[in-house]
Amino acid sequence: MAAITLLEGVNMAIDHEMARDINVVALGQDVGKSGGVFRATDGLYKKYGENRVLDTPLAESLIVGLSVGMASQQMRPIAEIQFMGFIFPSFNQIATAAARMRNRTRGRITLPMVIRMPYGGGIHAPEHHSESTEALLAHLPGIKVVVPSTPERAYGLLLAAIRDPDPVIFLEPKRIYRAVKQEVEDNGEAYPLESCFIDREGTDITLVSWGAMMQETLKAADLMEKEGVSCEVIDLVTLNPIDIPTIVESVEKTGRCIIIHEATRAGGLGSEIAAELSEKALLSLYAPIGRVTGYDTIVPYPKSEHYFMPDKDRIVDEIRKAMEYH
Amino acid sequence: MIKPVAKQANKNANLRQTGIDAATKVVANFSIRSVQYLDENANIVHDLPMFAEDSAELLKLFRTMLLLHHFDRKVLMLHRTGKIGTYPGTLGQEAVGVGMASALTDDDILVPYYRSVTDLYVRGVRLHEVLAFWIGDERGLDFKDPRARNDLPLPICISSQIPHAAGVANAIRIRGQKNRAVLTAIGDGGTSEGDFYEGLNCAGTWKLPLVIVINNNRWALTEPNKCQTACQTLAQKAIAGGFEGIQVDGNDVIAVRATVDEALQKARAGGGPTLIEALTYRLCAHTTIDNLERYVDKEEYDQAWQKEPLIRLRKLLQVREVLDEASETRMLNEIKEEIEHEVELALSLPLQPPEAIFDYLYAELPERQQAQRAEVSARWRKN
Ligand SMILES: Cc1ncc(C[n+]2csc(CCOP(=O)(O)OP(=O)(O)O)c2C)c(N)n1
Ligand SMILES: [Mg+2]
Repeated sequence: MAAITLLEGVNMAIDHEMARDINVVALGQDVGKSGGVFRATDGLYKKYGENRVLDTPLAESLIVGLSVGMASQQMRPIAEIQFMGFIFPSFNQIATAAARMRNRTRGRITLPMVIRMPYGGGIHAPEHHSESTEALLAHLPGIKVVVPSTPERAYGLLLAAIRDPDPVIFLEPKRIYRAVKQEVEDNGEAYPLESCFIDREGTDITLVSWGAMMQETLKAADLMEKEGVSCEVIDLVTLNPIDIPTIVESVEKTGRCIIIHEATRAGGLGSEIAAELSEKALLSLYAPIGRVTGYDTIVPYPKSEHYFMPDKDRIVDEIRKAMEYH
Repeated sequence: MIKPVAKQANKNANLRQTGIDAATKVVANFSIRSVQYLDENANIVHDLPMFAEDSAELLKLFRTMLLLHHFDRKVLMLHRTGKIGTYPGTLGQEAVGVGMASALTDDDILVPYYRSVTDLYVRGVRLHEVLAFWIGDERGLDFKDPRARNDLPLPICISSQIPHAAGVANAIRIRGQKNRAVLTAIGDGGTSEGDFYEGLNCAGTWKLPLVIVINNNRWALTEPNKCQTACQTLAQKAIAGGFEGIQVDGNDVIAVRATVDEALQKARAGGGPTLIEALTYRLCAHTTIDNLERYVDKEEYDQAWQKEPLIRLRKLLQVREVLDEASETRMLNEIKEEIEHEVELALSLPLQPPEAIFDYLYAELPERQQAQRAEVSARWRKN
């Protein structure tokens, strides 16, 4: 068993499903012959041919619209949007077609499709290549939104996304595409799409995060551990639907919670989790629920990006604040 | 500073003399085929296609168009008496939908647009289904006829269906199904949307088995064609997609059907897509809640009635002695009975249970919505 990156986990899952099911096709800009700008579909064109790994015209609305049409005939398209910053031309197709088809036909037509894309900052990329606008997507009923944080989860969750009978948006934290390696067996075992992972058990405070921010969160938890603060770390994984019961259970135990996300704060998913906790776990709380997020501003260009991006130090500060609250 | 235009022209003339212009290549010339068999006075202006020799077949088309014509009027009455809200009529445009859909086989797939009751009806979708949708019941899009089971629902979002149709056609292409093609429709206004061009461009690039019919009813809500484009025709937009665009008299059901039939056959045989612009006129308001007198020229409108599609077909059928006043009256009585029945079905459809607002969201309802579903259920089933 080889150690692979998150990116290779994505590739392995697509490959696994394409080999298993003739209805699975990959499509998008540059995904074919070249294997995509990040090489997520590397080697698949050669293996499955131009009819199953499609270089599409450069048109995002088309890519999602095509996938809707193909999925309506029970193919299983896996569409790639090159960067999350370019999802907006296709937003209409996601909101008015993909998310609603099952509902508006009362289940007559369903759309087993995946829209995957790299997201998030921290790679010194030009404008529109660093956004985390997952809340805009997670807000829509009718689709699921999933974010892996490790190679192994990328593999297992993408398998699940491809097999899911409904549209799944799969957000890939490109900052950690190649950051960590993990041994992952190509065993075809999918993870469920409705539960989060408790990565570390603890008793003093619950830290909830997802995507690339999991790395910073775990680093902060390590630091605090040395100071005797026991952190429970939850990888949210599925942003729609959110596994609220697991978070509530954790906070009932720890009495404190901080939510960490790269996306801007106002209307971010941290707000939703905090609201749920205030409804369901208020009397368990020893301190106000904290958030460490991107600031409510345009994601700065690379030279100023570090002012914006949450890091372990900001998380540590917030943990201390919660621990010292009385 | 204002540059004299004439001087610039002279400069261009100089360039021409230097021979730079001589390098201009003629890449393509374009002309648009225009199809008509039956003119507005019922003159046969072209040798009829085979199906049109069969009077029984034409009579069937006539009956369907007549039914939809009267359905339109019925719906308007229902609106006036407060029984229904917004409904986009098809008055005057019956030949487009009926002509195009009658060229489909059961294996083909229809991707309709929102003003598609005509084509859907031919496909086997019942009038009460379409009406139910417009009254506000999602079950109207759960088409029950086996022929329409795989057809897409009518979209409200203008032009979003064109990429869908390309996707369905792409599924057919990838699966190597030789006997199938996709037929889709769009309004003239819809051709200004990005999705129209994106779908068109892709269909050409991948040589998809796709036929796109533009119902050019001259109006996009209150905007006439000239607000949409500087092009002489909408058919020529196909040139940008790299395939043929054809104009057809959209009030001549024979022409619409023959042209779509030919295009579908080409598509099934691997010959790629075709764009067909059907020229007709919207004789109804945009929807039941719109008032066309605010923006439609009365004279133009009255003239359009003279070209209305039923008149010429009725004349032809009368000449062929398969229709007369008495038989049309009998036909009309049957039609009205069907319409009444369908309207009754739509209006008497019991409400969906409250829980149904959640029941088609996902294959399996997430916990969050299960709780909300229980709340709605408790609230609405209290007594
Ligand atoms: C994307 C989108 N924009 C605006 C509307 C509102 N709208 C509904 S119908 C219509 C005009 C459509 O005109 P056309 O494409 O010519 O079709 P027709 O109504 O004439 O059949 C408009 C603007 C809409 N439904 N979808
Ligand atoms: Mg129009």
